[in-house]
Amino acid sequence: MVVFVGMKSFVNEVAATLGGEHIYACIQCGICTASCPVAGEMEYPPRKIIAMIRAGMRDEVLSSSSMWYCLSCHLCGCRCPRKVKPTELAHALESLAVQHGYKVKKTYTPAMYRSFVSSIRANGRVHEFGMMLKFYLMTNPLAALKMLPLGLKLFLHRRMPLIPERAKGKEDLSRIIQKFREVIASQ
Amino acid sequence: MKYYSYFPGCSAGSTAIGLGLSVQAIAEPLDMELIELEGWTCCGSTPYGSLDELEAVVVAARNLALAEKTGLDLVTPCSSCYVTLNGAAIHLEDHPELKRQVNEALAVANLEYHGNLRIRHLVDVLLNDVTPEVIASKVQQGLNGLKVAPYYGCQLVRPHYGSDDTEFPQSLDLLVESLGAEAVPYPLKARCCGGALIISEQSLALGLIRKLLDSAVRNGAQCIVTPCPLCQTNLDAYQSQVNSKFKTDYNLPILFVSQLIGLALGIASNSLGLNTNIARSVTIDRLIKERGRLDNGGGKI
Ligand code: SF4
Ligand code: SF4
Repeated sequence: MVVFVGMKSFVNEVAATLGGEHIYACIQCGICTASCPVAGEMEYPPRKIIAMIRAGMRDEVLSSSSMWYCLSCHLCGCRCPRKVKPTELAHALESLAVQHGYKVKKTYTPAMYRSFVSSIRANGRVHEFGMMLKFYLMTNPLAALKMLPLGLKLFLHRRMPLIPERAKGKEDLSRIIQKFREVIASQ
Repeated sequence: MKYYSYFPGCSAGSTAIGLGLSVQAIAEPLDMELIELEGWTCCGSTPYGSLDELEAVVVAARNLALAEKTGLDLVTPCSSCYVTLNGAAIHLEDHPELKRQVNEALAVANLEYHGNLRIRHLVDVLLNDVTPEVIASKVQQGLNGLKVAPYYGCQLVRPHYGSDDTEFPQSLDLLVESLGAEAVPYPLKARCCGGALIISEQSLALGLIRKLLDSAVRNGAQCIVTPCPLCQTNLDAYQSQVNSKFKTDYNLPILFVSQLIGLALGIASNSLGLNTNIARSVTIDRLIKERGRLDNGGGKI
C-alpha cells in the first residue's frame, strides 16, 4: 500500500470538520436520498455526494449547489440506519466551501445566508427587513419589487419592524466571537 | 407555579409576533413563570451554521452559558432555536477540545458553559409539565370540535431530542384535543415547509407549502395549528403566493398552538396577537361558534 505522507484526503478533511464525523459509517443504502424532499433539485443528492467525497472529488463537491438546497429537515438522518446525519454533513460541506472560497452557481441560498448572518453580527439578532432588503438588492432587485406587497402585508400586521432591535448582549457576543477567532487561529 | 428560563428567539418579536404575544398570555393561567433570559442573542441559527459551523456553536454557547447560570430549564417556543441550541450542546459534549476553545472565548465575558442545561421546547413543557389534563380543566370556551390539522413541522420532532415519534408524532394532537377541538388525521404533519429557502428558492418552497395546505384541506381541517414560527409564516404569509402560483384558492387560518390554547382559555384574541395573523384567522372565533351551533343541531358550515 502506498501511503502519501502529509497528503490529506478529502474524506479525512470532511471527517475532521464539525458535522462530517460520521461519513465513514455510510453503507450507501440510499435511504437518505429516497427520503429527501428536495433530492430532485440536487445535482448530487445525499448518498451520491457521500460517494463522491469518498472518491476524493473535492472540487466537484465543494463547488456544487447541492448542499445549499438542503432544508435541514433531518428526515434523512432520522431514517439513516448508520446514524450518518447527512443534514450536518451538508452544513459541514457548506462551511468548507465558504472557507475555501468556492463560488456557487445556480442558487441564491448562500447570498441569503450571508445577509442573514451579517444581520446577526450587526445586531446580535436577526432583523428580517434589513436582511431581506440586502438579499434582494444583492441578488435580484426586480424580485424585491415583486415582494413589496408581501412585505407591506407583514408590515401592516406588525410582523416586519423597520428598525432593528439591538440585542443587549450584542457587545459581549462580538468580543466572544473575536476571541474565539484568535483562539482557533493560534492553535 | 413552575419557573423557567425563557428564550423567545428573534422571530417571536417580529415575523412571529403572534407567537411571542400568545405564549406570554397563556403562561400565567397555566402556572408557568417564563423568565426571559437576560442578554440573549440569536440562537446561532441554521444559516449561521451553514456559513460557519464553529462560530455558530459559539453564538449558541453564549446563550447556553447564560441560561445555565439561572439553574432553570431553558424553554423556547421556537422549533428552530430548539434544534440549534440542542445541536450546539451536543457538539460541545462530543468534542471536548472545541468546548475548551469555546470556553476560552466565553471567558472574556466571564461566562463558562459546563453542559448541565436542559433545553426544552414549549410543546414539551405544555405536554409533560403542565399536562393536557390540567389544560382541559382550565378551558373556558370549549372549541366545539373545531377541526384542526396539527402541524409539527420538521424541527420539533427531528432530530430526536424529545420522546415523540419523528414521523408520526402525537404531542400536538393531545394538546389540541385537550381544548375540545378535533385533531384530524394529517399525514404530512412532520414534513418540512421549506424553511428559510422560501426567500432564496421560492418556487421550490411554495410547492412544499401547497402540499401541506392541500393535505390539511383534504382531511377536513378548518385551520392548521403549529408551534413553529417559520412554519406559521410560510403557511400564513405565503398562502396567497401559493394561490397565485398554483391557481388554488386556499383560505385557511394558520394559528400558533399557543393562540389556540389562549382562545380556549378565554383570552381576548388581540392579546393573543390573532390580528397579526394574515390568512383569515380573525374568523376563527366565528368558526368555533358555528361549530357550537352545529353541535346543537344548527346549520351546516
Ligand atoms: S441513509 Fe445513511 S447509510 Fe444510507 S446512504 Fe444515506 S447516509 Fe449512507
Ligand atoms: S435534511 Fe436536507 S438532505 Fe436531509 S432530507 Fe432534509 S433536505 Fe434532504
